[in-house]
Amino acid sequence: MLRHTIKRVLLMFPTLLGAAVLVFFLLRIVPGDICEVRFGGVEGGTYDTEAVEICREQNDLNKPLSVQFGRFIAGVVTLDFGVSMWSKHPIVDELGQRFPLTIQLTLMAMFVSIIIGIPLGIVAALRQDTWLDYLVRSFSVVGIAVPSFWFGIMIIVGLLVSTHVFFDQPWMPPLEYTPFFDDPIGNLEQLIWPALAVGYRFSASLTRWTRSALLEILHEDYVRTARAKGVLEKIVTRRHALRNALLPVVTILGMEFAALMSGLVVTEQVFNLNGIGKWFVVSIDNHDFTSTQTLVMLFALIFVVTNFVVDMLYAWLDPRIRYL
Amino acid sequence: MSDRESVGISAGLVDEARRDGVATQLYRLAKQKKLGTFGAAIILVMILMAVFADVVSPYDPLENNYERFLQAPSAEHWLGTDRFGRDILSRIIHGSRTALFIGIVSALLGATTGLILGLASGYFGGTFDLIFMRFVDLFMAFPPLIMVMAIVATFGNEIHFVIFAISFSIVPDSTRIIRASALQVRRVPYVDAAISLGFGHVRIILRHMLPSVMASYLIIFTAAVGGAILAEAALSFLGLGVNEPIPAWGLMLQGGTEESMTGVYWTAVFPGVAITLAVFGFFVWGDALRDVLDPKLRRG
Repeated sequence: MLRHTIKRVLLMFPTLLGAAVLVFFLLRIVPGDICEVRFGGVEGGTYDTEAVEICREQNDLNKPLSVQFGRFIAGVVTLDFGVSMWSKHPIVDELGQRFPLTIQLTLMAMFVSIIIGIPLGIVAALRQDTWLDYLVRSFSVVGIAVPSFWFGIMIIVGLLVSTHVFFDQPWMPPLEYTPFFDDPIGNLEQLIWPALAVGYRFSASLTRWTRSALLEILHEDYVRTARAKGVLEKIVTRRHALRNALLPVVTILGMEFAALMSGLVVTEQVFNLNGIGKWFVVSIDNHDFTSTQTLVMLFALIFVVTNFVVDMLYAWLDPRIRYL
Repeated sequence: MSDRESVGISAGLVDEARRDGVATQLYRLAKQKKLGTFGAAIILVMILMAVFADVVSPYDPLENNYERFLQAPSAEHWLGTDRFGRDILSRIIHGSRTALFIGIVSALLGATTGLILGLASGYFGGTFDLIFMRFVDLFMAFPPLIMVMAIVATFGNEIHFVIFAISFSIVPDSTRIIRASALQVRRVPYVDAAISLGFGHVRIILRHMLPSVMASYLIIFTAAVGGAILAEAALSFLGLGVNEPIPAWGLMLQGGTEESMTGVYWTAVFPGVAITLAVFGFFVWGDALRDVLDPKLRRG
């Protein structure tokens, strides 16, 4: 177990290093940099060569690639990410402003998906091939098929229309972000809708996994044995089947957490939320290398760490799995 | 007849038997899998729409008509008109071409690359497999949509780059799934037999392993088409995908957000319904395929 843990931890580093190399060079293949975006007229404008040169000087963009890469890696290792090329503010500050929103939204969306997904998956499995099962399955496939940004738009429109009809006063979620601890209600008023939009989408895969995992277990011999010896169906489901069936669900939740980051990129756009996803889109647009690099490293880190935690959790939850 | 040839022929017979099996199973599928059949019907309608777009659509999808912009659904314009006065129904019908083209081509490229890489990794195994799978891990660490966006932002949003980006994001997942199937086949004695008979790597992979992973490939491909349509819609919505005036569903939604705030619901509702239906069709069809072809392969 210890050896396995150490091996898993060590295996994280090549992946992270790979991600660093990949994003660094991908960004620099792109023709153009932040200085051209800023000072060069994009089409037909005047091109202030001198300003561009000074700007490149300031941002280390005319240093050899090896030097730039070395600084980037050194920054990652020492957790000093420098300043954003665009806003000139330290990246840590920029992150600090936006991270709480994204994390809160992620957790809320996960919560929504759990309370929708797991019960529905259980119901569908227990009533396999009945109309209920078909209904739940259609509901969940629609959840995957529906573009979450469109669903977001529909929620906003639906709110506007229904408040107009019922209260004679159109209402839509506030556009200004208020931290949860300053004003919980104002905060939830804004974030509950995107959380619903994204949560529904992720509940879909959770429903499907719960259903198929539970079905598989219900066909196991020990479940038949339990039934044969007269254990109540309720107890068979709850104690024998469900406990084991929920194991793979842990994996899905972990993957969901990592995937939510990218799911939020588009949703933040629709709901006009100033989170990590939106910052990422803006940074790519501006050729803001330092911010983009840091964000990609953050995404990769979240992915790798979640995978690791899920693996460990899995081994801890399921005594049959012991890596020797 | 030499031994080699007889083995080749009997392998061919086995292939034939498998094909028969699949055909019969497909027939059963239509009768048993109602949801899947529904999905197939949606796909069929979509293909017909794409092929006969010029015949069925009531108006020219590109024709601006400022005298009738943002008109509500009516007898003349069943689904209303957009801010340029273009007929939304016609744009949705023509949009199915864009969606299907980008969806199918990206899925084909991505899933086939995954097929080749997964087979190679599963067949050769050992150090090659270990190092190679770390690469796959590396790419999986990037959330797919973010990877697609980064690639499109890097190379530009011409249609071939959009396709390249989407197919690229399909590769890691499909490689993993194909590799898992390939590893199972690799352990089956007939592959060892083929190796000991001295067959070349390419022949063993193509004739002995490929048929067994075809089921996984088909399932991945079908789901990938749905995913690719969704990805294209998201990209176009963000302004990173297809450009105006090409009719594309995601693009149609772009202006729809602001308009729907002012009570113009039709520009935002209908293209979204089209996306959802299309993706739904491919997903349930893929589900039904999986149930029939490979019940053991589970997917979230």
